[in-house]
This record gives sequence, structure tokens and C-alpha cells, in this order.
Amino acid sequence: MGQDEFLFLLMGLKWTVALSVIGFVCGCVAGLGIALARTSGVPLVERITAGYIAIFQGTPLLMQLFVVYYGLALIGIKVDAWAAVSVGLTLHASAYLGEIWRGAIEAVPRGQTEASKALALGYVSRMKDVVLPQALRISLPATIGFLVQLIKGTSLASIVGFTELTRAGNIISNQIFQPLTVFGIVGILYFVMCCPLTIYGAHLERKFAASVR
Amino acid sequence: MNYTLDFTPVIEGMPNLLTACLGTFMLAISGMLLATVIGIGGVVLRTSKIKLLRWLVIGFVELIRNTPFLVQIFFIYFALPLAGIRLDPTPTAIIALGINGGAYAIEIIRGGVQSISKGQMEAGLALGLHKAQVFRLIILKPALRAIFPSLTSQFVLLTLTTSIASAISAYELTSVSQRIESDSFRSFEVYFTVTAFYLVISWLMMRLFAFFSARYFAYPVK
Repeated sequence: MGQDEFLFLLMGLKWTVALSVIGFVCGCVAGLGIALARTSGVPLVERITAGYIAIFQGTPLLMQLFVVYYGLALIGIKVDAWAAVSVGLTLHASAYLGEIWRGAIEAVPRGQTEASKALALGYVSRMKDVVLPQALRISLPATIGFLVQLIKGTSLASIVGFTELTRAGNIISNQIFQPLTVFGIVGILYFVMCCPLTIYGAHLERKFAASVR
Repeated sequence: MNYTLDFTPVIEGMPNLLTACLGTFMLAISGMLLATVIGIGGVVLRTSKIKLLRWLVIGFVELIRNTPFLVQIFFIYFALPLAGIRLDPTPTAIIALGINGGAYAIEIIRGGVQSISKGQMEAGLALGLHKAQVFRLIILKPALRAIFPSLTSQFVLLTLTTSIASAISAYELTSVSQRIESDSFRSFEVYFTVTAFYLVISWLMMRLFAFFSARYFAYPVK
């Protein structure tokens, strides 16, 4: 494998990073909405968001990408593959992050909510200043764990036909007939992205577990 | 917007899709069994006295957990023939699923084994049982009970992951639906229906695991 091939892989890597960032950032925004709706106390809203989460957690990401990809075209929105994949990853991430943060919001002791109500804080201030900062801290290891899952999930964009790292690997491997070398390098590139996050997540988990004791 | 939904190809392909669901089940269950074997074996090696073995297991777990399944399955698909093993796509997919699930299972099972207090092990040894007997007779079941929720949710994820096996055209639901899609061009209809199928499959899996849990682990703790 020569320099040109490796540069092509790095181009793919760039798109993998871009997809991961878009999916994660948009997913965080939407996921926060899901988590708040899921814990809103309004039975109908809670049921709808619970269903939303169950659908995304009960179906493969690949199918979600397919349905979004062809579904967007169906309702007349003509978008590029990368945009369709971004929408798919965002929806996927919003459901998973919504569920992670729901757990975290519920793990904040009830007394905190009650105390802020007693202090006459409104919903926004109660969430923004009291509950969410604590929930964020509790959820950080799981959130980072999901980020790793999302980065790995972007590889499925290759099946939809978008040239990110895995598809770049496919193309190169078909050109130079060294699939093991190519996919070995592709694997290492993913590993280099994900491993530091995994280690950081485990470190945070240990730290929080120690501080609880 | 002048597109009309047409589910005719889906209805015509229904027998094929339903049989493919069985393929997905088969793939998932074989993958789970292999993952369990690798998981238990990995934990035994992970607690061995030989440092090299322990590090190999840690390296394996981290390598698998930090790379996408799609890359793993491609790698295995191309690596097996080079190692002189010629297999059809479906057995190859089972191996890949087992290896992937096994890495997660090692971490989960290890947590379960650690959750059993050391006194149990010592008591077993004091009664004259061999170390392997202590593991099999005393530690395994409570450990399984402790890890059952996380292990089974990992297995549901593994079931969903089987859809990626379509990339090497193993026999399962996604690859069959892709064939119907490329014959009929009714992409949305096909994938929408298949997504619903997956929802039912993962729901059934969860019910099955809940049933097992109630059947085998419903003994009092204290």
C-alpha cells in the first residue's frame, strides 16, 4: 500500500470524524429534548418518547439509515448521502442519549427537585441550574461510551454508499487486492479514535465511583 | 409529492422475509452461544497467573470494542481463507458475531465473577473442591444471575448487529430484503417493513430472556 492509498484512507477518516461530530452534536441537542420530554411528568408525552426510544433501541442502525435515506427522498426532500446519514445518526443518537440522560435525571436525588421547588425556582431554572448539571456528571461515562458506539456506527454509512473510512478501505482493497493490510489499517485508525475515549470514560467511571463512597 | 406507496413486492416477498427472520434468529443464537463460550474462556484466561495471557485477553477485548463490527467482519471474511479455512458467508458471520459478542461478554462476565465475594471461593476450596469445580458449582450461577440483565441487553444488541452480516451476504433478514429491494425498487416500503420485523424480533428476544430469568434465577438471595 502506497502513500496515495493511505491519503485516500485519511480523506475517508476526515468524513468519519465529520459524521461522528455532526451526529453527536445534533444528537445531544435532540437527545436533551427527548430526555426532558421523557421525564416531563406528562403521561402522554412520556409514553410517546418512551415509544420513540424503544423503536430506535429495538431496530438495527443500518435499517434506520436505510429508512431515513429512502424516506427523505420519498417525502420530496432531495439530499446528499452524507446529509441523509447525518439525519439518521442524529435520530439514532437522540434516542440513545435521551435514554441515558433520562436515567441520569432520575438518578439525581428527589430532594434536589423538591428543594428547588421550595425555593420557588421555575422549571427552566430548576433543570438548568440544579438537576441537569448533576445529571450530566452522572451520565458522562455512559455518554462517552455511546460516543464510541456512534463513531463505530458511522461505518454503516459505507453500506448506504457514502465514502467514509470503511468505504474508502473497501475501494482501496478492491484496487490493490490486499484486504488484510487495508482493513487492518482501517481498524487501527478506528482504534486510535475510540480507544482514548474508552480509557477516558473508564477513568471517569472509576473517579465517580470513588467519590460516591 | 406524487409518490404512492406500493407494498405489493413486500407482500409477494413475505414468505422469503419470514424465512429470513429464522435465518436472523439462527445467526443471533449461534453468535450468542459462541460469544458465551469465548466470554467464559476469556474470563478464565483473564484471571490466569500468566501475565502474557492476561494481557492478550485485555488487548483482544479493547481491540474488538474499539473497532466497528463492519471492519471486523470484512477482516475475518478475508483472513479466514488466507488461514486455509474456506467457509460460506453465514458461518463466517457467526464467527465474527461470536468474536465481537465474546469481547463484550468477557467484560460483563468478569464483572459478575468479581461480584461474588472471595469467601465463597475460599469456602469451596476449604471443602476440598478443585478450583474448576468451585468455579462451575459455586461461582457460576450467582455470577450469571448478577450479569444476566447486562449480558442479555448485549445479546439483543448482537441480534441487531446481525443485520451488518448482510455486507458479506450471509443469509439473514437484511440481505434478503436488499434482494427484494433491488428487484422491485420499492426501497422505503421494503426497509420500513423489515425495520418493523426487527422490532418484533428484538422484543421477542427480550421476552425470551425475561422468561429465562424468571425460570432459572428466581431463587431468594438471602
